[in-house]
Amino acid sequence: MKAILGEKLGMTQVFDDDARAIPVTVIKAGPCRVVQIKRPDSDGYGAIQIAYREIPEHRATRPMAGHYRKAGVTPHRHLVEIRVDDPDAYKVGQEISVADVLEAGARADVAGVTKGKGFSGVMKRHNFKGQSASHGAHRVHRAPGSIGACATPARVFKGMKMAGRMGGERQTVLNLEVVQVDPERSLVMLRGAVPGTKGSVVLVREAVKARG
Amino acid sequence: MNTLDQIEAAYLRDDLPDFRPGDNVKVNVRVVEGGRERIQTFEGVVISRDGGGLRETFTVRKVSFGVGVERIFPLHAPIIQSIEITRRGKVRRAKLYYLRDRVGKATRIKEKRD
Repeated sequence: MKAILGEKLGMTQVFDDDARAIPVTVIKAGPCRVVQIKRPDSDGYGAIQIAYREIPEHRATRPMAGHYRKAGVTPHRHLVEIRVDDPDAYKVGQEISVADVLEAGARADVAGVTKGKGFSGVMKRHNFKGQSASHGAHRVHRAPGSIGACATPARVFKGMKMAGRMGGERQTVLNLEVVQVDPERSLVMLRGAVPGTKGSVVLVREAVKARG
Repeated sequence: MNTLDQIEAAYLRDDLPDFRPGDNVKVNVRVVEGGRERIQTFEGVVISRDGGGLRETFTVRKVSFGVGVERIFPLHAPIIQSIEITRRGKVRRAKLYYLRDRVGKATRIKEKRD
C-alpha cells in the first residue's frame, strides 16, 4: 500500500475538458521521510514509518529526537506506519512525494479526523426522523421516541442510538477520484469532500477497494 | 496569495467585460448538440451576482412569451463564449429580485449616463 501524509487546504472547483465544474478538495501532501523500516524477519510484518512536517530540533522530545537521529532525519511532527509488501524497496531517510503515491485519474482513500459537532441529538447524529411537527406533538419534535420495551427486558439494550458527542473521530472516505497531481507544489486535487477542517492532517493512500 | 487562490487563478477568465446588476447583457453560450457546437444567445437583465472567486455566478432574467425565465451562469465557465453589454442600468441595490413581482412598464430600469 502506498500512502502519504498531508494537510487539507480547502475546497474549490475546477472545470474539466467538457466544461463541467468539478468540486475538488486540495491537499498539500508531503514530502514525507522514511524514518523506520519493519521487515517480516525482524518485526513479523512489513511496514514503513513515514514522518510529515518538519519541526526544529529543540521542539522534539528526547525520545523522539533519538528516534529521528537514528534514522538521520530531522524531527517531524507526525509519524505514521504504513503496511507494505516490499519493505526492502524503501531506504531509511528516503523522501516520499505525492507523485510516488498518486497519479491523475487514479482513485484514492483519505483518512482524517472529522470536525467536532459537540453534543448532538439523534436527528443529527443518527439520522433519526424525529417526530411530528403538529398533531398534538408537544416539545418532542426532535426526540428519539421509544428506546425499548417495559418489564421485559427491563433495561435499555447496549448500543442503543442516543444523543451524545459527535465528530472529532477518525474517518476514511474511499475511492475519491484523483483530478490532478502537482508534484512541484506537492499538491493533489481529489473530487469530493474529505474529513476534517482546513489545515488538519490527513492520510492519503491509493484506493484499497478500487475496482479494476 | 494562498495556494487555493493560485489554483483558482489558473481557471479565472479575464476576457469578460465588467458588468453589474441592472445591466442588459447578451450571453453567448456554447451548446454541443450531437457532437456539433453552436452558439446560443441568452439576452436579458442581470439581476444578481453571487459568490466570489472561481465560483462566482450571475443571474440573467428575461420575459419570454409572457413567462419569466431566469438562467444562472457560472461567471468563469468555459461554456460562456462571450458577454456583450447592451445597456447599462442605474439601480440602487445589488439584487433586483423585486423585478420578479413586476410586469410590463414597472420592470423598466433607468439607463445610466456618464
